[in-house]
Amino acid sequence: MQFEFLLEQVVNGLVLGGYYLLIALGLSLIFSVGGIVNLAHGAFYALGAYVCVELTKQFGFGAAVVISPFAVASLGILFERFILRRFYSADPILSLLVTFGLAMVAEQAIRMIWGAAPVSTEIPQRLRGSIIVGDFLFSRYRLLILAVVAAILLGVWLLLQKTSFGRVVRAGIQRPDMVAALGIRLQPYMTAIVMLGVGMAALGGAFFAPITTVHPAMGAEIMTIAFVVVVIGGLGSFWGVVIAALLVGVVRGIAIHFEPAAGEASIYILMFLVLLVRPRGLLGERIEKFE
Amino acid sequence: MIRYPRRTVLRAGAALVGASALGFPAIVRAQSEKIRIGHLTPLTGFLGVIGGYAQLGVKLAVEEVNQSGGVLGKQIDLISEDSINPATAATKAQRMLEQDGAALLLGEISSASSLTIMQVAERNKKVFFSTGARSDALRGKNCNRYSFHCDIPNTVMVNAVGTALSQKGMVKGKKFFTLTADYIFGHDLLKAAKVFFGTHDANLIGDELIATDVTDFSPYLLKVRQAKPDVVCCNLAGNQVTNLVKQYAEFGFPYPLVGFNLNTGDAWAAGAGNLSGTWPTVWYHTLDNPTSKAFVAAFTKKYGKPPENHAWIDYITLKLLAEAINTTKSTDSHELIAYFEKQSQFDIGKARKAYFRNWDHQLVQEAYPFTVKPKDQMKDQWDMLVLGDAVPAPGDPLETIYPTRQQNPCEMKA
Repeated sequence: MQFEFLLEQVVNGLVLGGYYLLIALGLSLIFSVGGIVNLAHGAFYALGAYVCVELTKQFGFGAAVVISPFAVASLGILFERFILRRFYSADPILSLLVTFGLAMVAEQAIRMIWGAAPVSTEIPQRLRGSIIVGDFLFSRYRLLILAVVAAILLGVWLLLQKTSFGRVVRAGIQRPDMVAALGIRLQPYMTAIVMLGVGMAALGGAFFAPITTVHPAMGAEIMTIAFVVVVIGGLGSFWGVVIAALLVGVVRGIAIHFEPAAGEASIYILMFLVLLVRPRGLLGERIEKFE
Repeated sequence: MIRYPRRTVLRAGAALVGASALGFPAIVRAQSEKIRIGHLTPLTGFLGVIGGYAQLGVKLAVEEVNQSGGVLGKQIDLISEDSINPATAATKAQRMLEQDGAALLLGEISSASSLTIMQVAERNKKVFFSTGARSDALRGKNCNRYSFHCDIPNTVMVNAVGTALSQKGMVKGKKFFTLTADYIFGHDLLKAAKVFFGTHDANLIGDELIATDVTDFSPYLLKVRQAKPDVVCCNLAGNQVTNLVKQYAEFGFPYPLVGFNLNTGDAWAAGAGNLSGTWPTVWYHTLDNPTSKAFVAAFTKKYGKPPENHAWIDYITLKLLAEAINTTKSTDSHELIAYFEKQSQFDIGKARKAYFRNWDHQLVQEAYPFTVKPKDQMKDQWDMLVLGDAVPAPGDPLETIYPTRQQNPCEMKA
């Protein structure tokens, strides 16, 4: 019996990890390609949630959750074109400062548009409740999130591994000067990657809007966990981030099962242990710019 | 256009900055014509949303007092800041009293921060009106002469909801599972809940202490299901309540969810389709009496939305203070303490008048249990709650729902 409940926590942790993955993977991608630690990533997550709430009023939740990531991703184009682009070859501290400032501006803007009080939205009735298989219980809604995350993960992996787009991006990560010498402009690729990352963060926000408080500071809230995931996985590593996100979800679930008080601390302890053994994270590569 | 040499401009600028840092005596004198009052409330973190309402409420009160001539013929100069956390709250409280020349302090929602401000107030011998903190311990073993407590304490919230649940046959012999915020407020609320369960033959079969930064409750919900309780009881605070309520609706458990703490702001944020069960409240904007209605009208006109209970309590407290200063003709803390300890009765926008108990400085007042309106009966997004009958019942003295002198270990030093 005890074992089954533990297993239930593990599966639930995997689902939660999948959700963290949506936010952390985008953060990691933007870092890999542009060398930019995007502290404004959480702001796009918050925007995704707010836009989703707004659109739900007009078109219902189903349409809103599809449209809002695209709407926010199009903002991502402007973000890349007018802000990030200036900082690819600059001192990383500058992009840190700029994106940090932008995160604060975005939070304030949200406060001005939607007010400081949270806005509320809910899951459609048919997605509510849980599915019970044998002794295991799954939230119907979270299973849907897991399925979408799995599809996106597969999509992004195929995009990076199997397409010419992905080959250029990967080459750009390794040897940007060589790619440039071959006459390929990396900038459109960078725009696409930023759009992808920002869109995934916004999708995360849209998915969580019905089951969490939608308030202006929610972006800052999610950034902590996203950073923990990226640091554990290793900056710039695709599979590192995937493994780390799932690991964080599972470790938290197990910790809460046995020792609830250590629930939140457990992920930081995990990060500490991983960094102790592997200072670059689980699958992190040596990155010249930062070492 | 005259061109100034850059150096001159720079020097002038430096002189200006220097002068403003030193401060001109004339400016200082001009400011002392006003009466300064310090207000602290969390604007960030899990209590930030309801703190925002508290700030709007106190600002409205100051505006109204100033428009009607101020206090002692002077305008009130309100400094209202984000208390952030207990350590910052204490630092800011100290600065407001020692450097900014605040005559007194009010505000706060977090019981942990309120406790640190209480200590600063006592050290500085200035009064502090703790408007929104609910921990019993603040007016119990941690009480001091300089601190007054305006919100209902945890024991009253437990009694308000507990009485309503008892009437529905949801207490006696039932198995309860509680989810509790892991800080002074939550511990305190759980203690009050345990006393209630003990005296009403209910069993507490499980309790989870939850850190205040938790936003995902799914692992805890799995544990709730494992325990198979009759009733799940939420002892959380701030937007954690909202998160739990939303995720509880997501999982769709058959066990009813009730709670011993809720602020209307958190109820609105949860949304009508998610919230159910019975909860306590200290005030609601549909209360039908002239003071409440006038406040709701003024607040709604100014801010375009109805006030939340923390907006009301900070508003009413500032009004009480202004009245006290005008009556005693003094901003001296000892005069004010003496005034409030006379147990004068105040209209606070409820059917019965309230008063500060002289031995523990608790504002004794009515409380209400509420349930949630079906979504199709709501007039607007704020029309969510159905208030139950005020507790205590009209014939009973107000103090029957408060801890007695035997139960409340408050001993004030002279």
